[in-house]
Amino acid sequence: MTDVPSDLPKRVGAPARKSLLTPDTRTKRRNAAESRFKVYGILAILVALLALVFLLFTIIRDGSGAFRQTFISIPVTIEASVVDPKGNRDPAEMAGTLTMSYGALLEQSLTNWVEQNDIRIEGLTEADLASFFSAQARADLRNRVLANPELVGQTVETPALAASRIDGMFKGRVTRESAAIDNRTSVAQYDLAEAMRDRGALATRFNWDFITRPDASDNRPEAAGLGVAILGSAYMMLIVLVLALPIGVATSIYLEEFAPKNRLTDLIEINISNLAAVPSIVFGILGLAAFINFMGLPRSAPIVGGLVLTLMTLPTIIISTRAALKAVPPSIRDAALGVGASKMQTVFHHVLPLAMPGILTGTIIGLAQALGETAPLLLIGMVAFVTTYPAAPPEGFFDAASALPVQVYNWTQRADSAFFERASGAIIVLLAFLFAMNVLAIVLRRRFERRW
Amino acid sequence: MSPFWIMMTVLALAVLGYFLGAARARGAVGGDIRRLHSRPVYYGWNAAIATAAPALLVLLVLMLALPLLAGEAGPGASWLPGGAALLVAAVGLALALARTTPQYRARAMVERAIKVALIGCSLIAIATTVGIVLSLVFESIHFFQLYPWQAFFFGTEWTPSFGGGSELGMLPLLWGTLYISFIALLVSVPIGLFAAIYMSEYATPRVRSVAKPLIEVLAGIPTIVYGLFALVTVGPLLRDWLAAPLGFGNSGSSVMTAGLVMGIMLIPFVSSLSDDIINAVPQSLRDGSLALGSTPSETIRQVVLPAALPGIVGAVLLAASRAIGETMIVVLGAGAMARFSLDPFEAMTTITVKIVGQLTGDNDFSSPETLVAFALGLTLFVMTLALNVLALYVVRKYREQYE
Repeated sequence: MTDVPSDLPKRVGAPARKSLLTPDTRTKRRNAAESRFKVYGILAILVALLALVFLLFTIIRDGSGAFRQTFISIPVTIEASVVDPKGNRDPAEMAGTLTMSYGALLEQSLTNWVEQNDIRIEGLTEADLASFFSAQARADLRNRVLANPELVGQTVETPALAASRIDGMFKGRVTRESAAIDNRTSVAQYDLAEAMRDRGALATRFNWDFITRPDASDNRPEAAGLGVAILGSAYMMLIVLVLALPIGVATSIYLEEFAPKNRLTDLIEINISNLAAVPSIVFGILGLAAFINFMGLPRSAPIVGGLVLTLMTLPTIIISTRAALKAVPPSIRDAALGVGASKMQTVFHHVLPLAMPGILTGTIIGLAQALGETAPLLLIGMVAFVTTYPAAPPEGFFDAASALPVQVYNWTQRADSAFFERASGAIIVLLAFLFAMNVLAIVLRRRFERRW
Repeated sequence: MSPFWIMMTVLALAVLGYFLGAARARGAVGGDIRRLHSRPVYYGWNAAIATAAPALLVLLVLMLALPLLAGEAGPGASWLPGGAALLVAAVGLALALARTTPQYRARAMVERAIKVALIGCSLIAIATTVGIVLSLVFESIHFFQLYPWQAFFFGTEWTPSFGGGSELGMLPLLWGTLYISFIALLVSVPIGLFAAIYMSEYATPRVRSVAKPLIEVLAGIPTIVYGLFALVTVGPLLRDWLAAPLGFGNSGSSVMTAGLVMGIMLIPFVSSLSDDIINAVPQSLRDGSLALGSTPSETIRQVVLPAALPGIVGAVLLAASRAIGETMIVVLGAGAMARFSLDPFEAMTTITVKIVGQLTGDNDFSSPETLVAFALGLTLFVMTLALNVLALYVVRKYREQYE
């Protein structure tokens, strides 16, 4: 038996333990700290995910309205005496009739319709009836008649674009109370809109025009669309793809397969990693100074935007291409060299095809990044108000155009709050494109990725 | 003929050269291609490259040079680049065909040309940097000739007016930039770091495989989306629920709005960088600490994080550089008033906002009000470059080497 000295000092800080199974206070404290720490981690992830969900939720909530638009469908009589005073149905002569006259036609037919349906609304003025239609509706009607002169004299059931405030009533943006204090609409208009809806003359339906139409001026948000912006973005993506993919792949092949270890190679490597971290707006300044002021390329043109975005995307593509080339095992190269292929043949016949899925994935991700980029495009004049579609490439590359993200910025700068709905809608379109590109990248990777 | 069609003609000639070259090589040996030095395709490529490469180069050089010499050459010389290019293409094609003999080392020539092209593409990265620096420096020098540099770097007033007599002091913009970036880091660093720690140390593979890509979705969202989010949702939310009830003023766009939203944007940046770094800490360190009886959180705080610290500091510095250069969120969320203030609910402005402001719309490149944007751009470029270099330096110098 061992002698246990009874006067051993008690352990400092740790009270005598009754049993191993009941944790003492210090252990409890440590365990509590442990679970607290874990909770912080979970909270951090939850906060990040909540932010993501909230962001997407608000964008979709605010923007889904842009895809639906209110149209008026009442019979409109196209009076020959108004649109074709000479009566010879010659489109060239009818083009002399101003848009204003078609507005009068629309207003007249609405007045007739109100009388026929026996709607009586207190305080309904002529101005209320005139401003019921979008300013775009008369231009649309005029274009339709000019394209098809046989319509003159007939009565057509035309879906005409309703004004922004009328549209807002159907989307909850305008209420009876807000209509009373709004100088661009009135309570009478609100009541008329309700009456028309009940009789089926006013309805909201899916709005293809939002995707296809060009931008519209400040006072007709209901007619503003993304056509020019989507076309401009598509042109720029085409330029980026055609330039950045070959240049990026060539650079990566050189650096990964051929470059000797020397000062020049180091310089190239440093430059690439640096360019990846340069703020995007600096690329915009480069585009403005080098491409527009020095080389004399036109402002607002997709060619300049495409060049700037190419330079911006190159580092992304180079980095992912180099990773893909690195992943091809050396045994492939050795085998090709061993049967007598030259270095160049080895790379182009064997290494590059095997690395292709990785390269394409990286390229698509680079393109997605370029598609969402806004700041550099602001500096090269893509904010300009453009309502004509650019021509087909290659001439169209030099025409003025907009771009999807810039169109969003543009709409946030307008005074009428109806443009915010358009901006959010444009973002939904932008995100849909990005989503599709990322899904494509993931599918490519899943489908063709090899593991050695 | 437009340059585009000249280019197309040259390329068509090159295609013709490809077939002629290959056919000539085959013909020279009577179809017995074993007697050729290279395979016939290489003779074809050789002819195509000899046709197109010099011609396109001549076209490019003349097109760039002519506008500079326009005064001497006059308007009649517009046919010169196209004519010269077509001539060079024809000569190149003829020469290449004349040299196509069975002994000609066509493959070596083609491979040399490809290698030159590869090096040329690699030099674009350097050219881009040089272009950025040149365009910033030249216009900045131009600006400092019109406006004293002391007043720009140390001025505390920012009141540009195109009529003249404007004060273009950078300090209020710098203050706004740093303040917003600071708030963004305050949001993103703790959240990003804790998310990274949880995902690399605690999360089961299943949770990780869901949460990690979802957080990285935040990084794939374009900044204009965050900008609109700040403008339409977060700004009014902060104003109505926090600033106005507490009496902090009622500005929708504020330092807080921009900082908060930018912080959300930076979360995936911080978390994925830190995640990689934490995963790089060897498992043996954790095992040693756990075996000594520390809890997992004690292991993380006292063993893993110190080992990963240089990398995490590097990640934070990179995030800071991102925050300083970020444009769309501050353009839409921070406001346009240049001022010094500590109140986070007040609208302030940043360097990037003013670059956009001074360079959007019609510019007069002889007025200091426009040119100041280039000086601001130079400042921004130098600041982000310094942060990136510092980040690299910290990581290289203080990285713990294991094994």
